[in-house]
Amino acid sequence: MFVSYSFIAFLFGLFLLYYLIPKKLQWMLLLVANFLFYFSAGRYYPIFILVTSFTVYVTGCLMGKVDDSLEEYERKIKAGEIEKPDREEKKKIKGRMAKKKKCYMLICLLLNLGVLAVTKYTNFVIDNVGSLLVAAGKTAPKEIDLIVPLGISFYTFQAVSYLLDVYWNKCEVQKNFFRFTLFVSFFPQLIQGPISRYGDLSKTLYAEHKAEWKGIRFGLERILWGYFKKLVVADRLSVAVVALMRDPDYYTGGFVFVGMVFYAVQLYADFTGGIDITIGIAETLGIHLEENFIRPYFSKNIIEYWRRWHISMGTWFRDYVFYPCSISKSMKSITKWTKKHFGMGGAKRIAIYIATFLTWFATGVWHGAEWHFIVWGIMNGIIIMITGELEPLYQKFHQRFPKLQGKFFYRAFQVIRTFLLMCCLRMFDTYAAVRLTFRQFFHMFTKFKWSQFSVQEFIDLGLTKSDYMIVFVGTVFMFVVSMLGRDRSVREKISEKPYVVRFGIFVLLFFIVLLFGKYGVGFDAKQFIYNQF
Amino acid sequence: MDIEDIRDGVLNILKELHEDIDFEAEEKMVDDKILDSFDLVTLVTELGDAFDIEITAKDFVAENFNSVDALSEMIERLMDE
Repeated sequence: MFVSYSFIAFLFGLFLLYYLIPKKLQWMLLLVANFLFYFSAGRYYPIFILVTSFTVYVTGCLMGKVDDSLEEYERKIKAGEIEKPDREEKKKIKGRMAKKKKCYMLICLLLNLGVLAVTKYTNFVIDNVGSLLVAAGKTAPKEIDLIVPLGISFYTFQAVSYLLDVYWNKCEVQKNFFRFTLFVSFFPQLIQGPISRYGDLSKTLYAEHKAEWKGIRFGLERILWGYFKKLVVADRLSVAVVALMRDPDYYTGGFVFVGMVFYAVQLYADFTGGIDITIGIAETLGIHLEENFIRPYFSKNIIEYWRRWHISMGTWFRDYVFYPCSISKSMKSITKWTKKHFGMGGAKRIAIYIATFLTWFATGVWHGAEWHFIVWGIMNGIIIMITGELEPLYQKFHQRFPKLQGKFFYRAFQVIRTFLLMCCLRMFDTYAAVRLTFRQFFHMFTKFKWSQFSVQEFIDLGLTKSDYMIVFVGTVFMFVVSMLGRDRSVREKISEKPYVVRFGIFVLLFFIVLLFGKYGVGFDAKQFIYNQF
Repeated sequence: MDIEDIRDGVLNILKELHEDIDFEAEEKMVDDKILDSFDLVTLVTELGDAFDIEITAKDFVAENFNSVDALSEMIERLMDE
C-alpha cells in the first residue's frame, strides 16, 4: 500500500493539513487519516480494529480502577481513616484485587487473541482436519471465506503489549478512547510494524508538533531511501526469486544457493525499505518510532541476529511470552524439580529451554498459518539453544586463540557463517513446504554443478543484464550506507555537508528511484513481504 | 529480617550461580550481561524460595536485577506486600 500514487497523494494531503490546522487538533487528524487509510484497504477492516481498541481500552480503564481503589485503600490506612488491618487481612484484600485485575486482563487477552486466531488460523485447522479425514476415507470440510484484516497481527500485538503493560503497572492508563484508538491504529505501522510500546510511542504521538525542517527533511530522506530499497532492489529481484521457487525441480543444485542469497537480499531490501518508509513518514509528522533493524547481516551468531532483525517483534516475544513463561509458577516448579534431580546446571537450563521452544513455536505461528512457518520457528529455537549450549566451547576456543577475535578475517567468517545459516532457515519461507525445503537443501550439495550457471540461465529468470547490474550496484550501495551508519546516522553526516551537496544527494536518489524503480505497467509495485504476516 | 540479612541471602544465592564474580562491586549485572537469561530465571526461583516471595513479570525488569542493593530492595518490598 505504500507504493501507489493514491497513497503518496494521501500522504501529501495529510502532511499539508497536519501543519496547517491548530496543533491541538493534529492527533485527531491522524486518527481520521488512520481510518481513511484502513477503510480504503477494506471497508470492513475498521470494525476489527475498533473492536480491539474498544475492548483493550475498556479493560485498561477497569484495571486502572482496581489500582486506584487499592491506592485509595492504602491512603486511608496511612491517614488513619480506617483501622489498620493485620498482615493476613491486608494480603487477602490485595489478593482479591489482584485476582480481579487478572480476570479482566485474561478475558480481554483471550478475546483479542481469539479474534486473531479465528481470522488467521481457522482455515489452517480446517485444512489439517480435512487431511486427517481424507486419510480416514471421509470427505474433507471446505475452507471458510474469512476476512483477514490488514495488519491484524501487528495491531493486535501492539494492543496486547499495552494491555499487559497496564496489568503489570509498566505504563499509565490512557483514559481517552480516541487517543487510545490512535495508538492502536497509527497507519504507517499497519503494513508491517514496527510493533510499538505505548510508553514509547505516546511520548510523541499525542504531542503538538510544529513544522521543523530538519525532522521533515530527515523523514523525506528516509522515505526516499526506503523506496529505493523496495522499488529498485527488492521488487526487481523478486522476479528472479519467484522464478527460482516456481520450478524447484529445474532450479536445483547450485540454483538453490542462488535463490537463498537472492531472497536474503530481496527480503532485507523489502522489509527494511518498508520500515524506512514507515519511520520516515512518522518522522515527517514529528513522531518517533523505534528502530526495527540494526545491520542484521553483520551479526556474529543467530542470537545476535535476532537482536538486530525485526527488533520490535523479538522484544515483544521476549517480554510478553519468553520471560513471563520462564518465570511462571509452573516453570518454577519444574526448575525446582530439575535442581533436585539434576543439579544447578540442569535447573538453569530447563526453564529457558522450554520457554525458548514455546516462544519460537509462537513466533512461527505468528508468521503464518502454515506448517513451514511453524517448522521455521522451531528450527530457529533449536539452533538458538544449540548456540547457547556451545558458548562455553567457543569461550575455551577464544581463550586458546585470543588474538583471533580482533582479526578481520575471523569476524568476516563469523558474519558469513551467520548469514548463510539464516539463509538456510529462510528456505522454509521461500519454498513454503517443509518436505520440499529439506529436499532442496540436500540437493544444493548433491546436485551442484558449475555447468548449471550460464548467462542465459540467469536471463531466463526474468531479469535482463541491466537489471542484474542495477541490483548489484543497489546492493553494494545498501552495504556501503550500512557501513557508513555504524558510528552515527548517515543522515546526520549528510546534514553536515553544504546545502548544494545535500540537495544534490536527495535529487539524485529521487531520480534513481524514478528511473530505476521497478514499476511495470500501471505502477503495479509488489506488496511488502511482511504485509502477509 | 532486615535489609542486611536480605543482602547476605542474595549474595549467597548469586555466589551459587557464579562463585568467581565479586557481585558486591557490580552495579549493572544485567546491562553488562554479567547475569544472562539462564541466571535471571534461576535467580527468580531461588529468591522466591529463600524469601517466600513471588517475583512476577511486573518486577522482572533490569533495574531490579542490576545490583545486590536493587535486588535486596525489591525483595524487601515484595516481603512487605
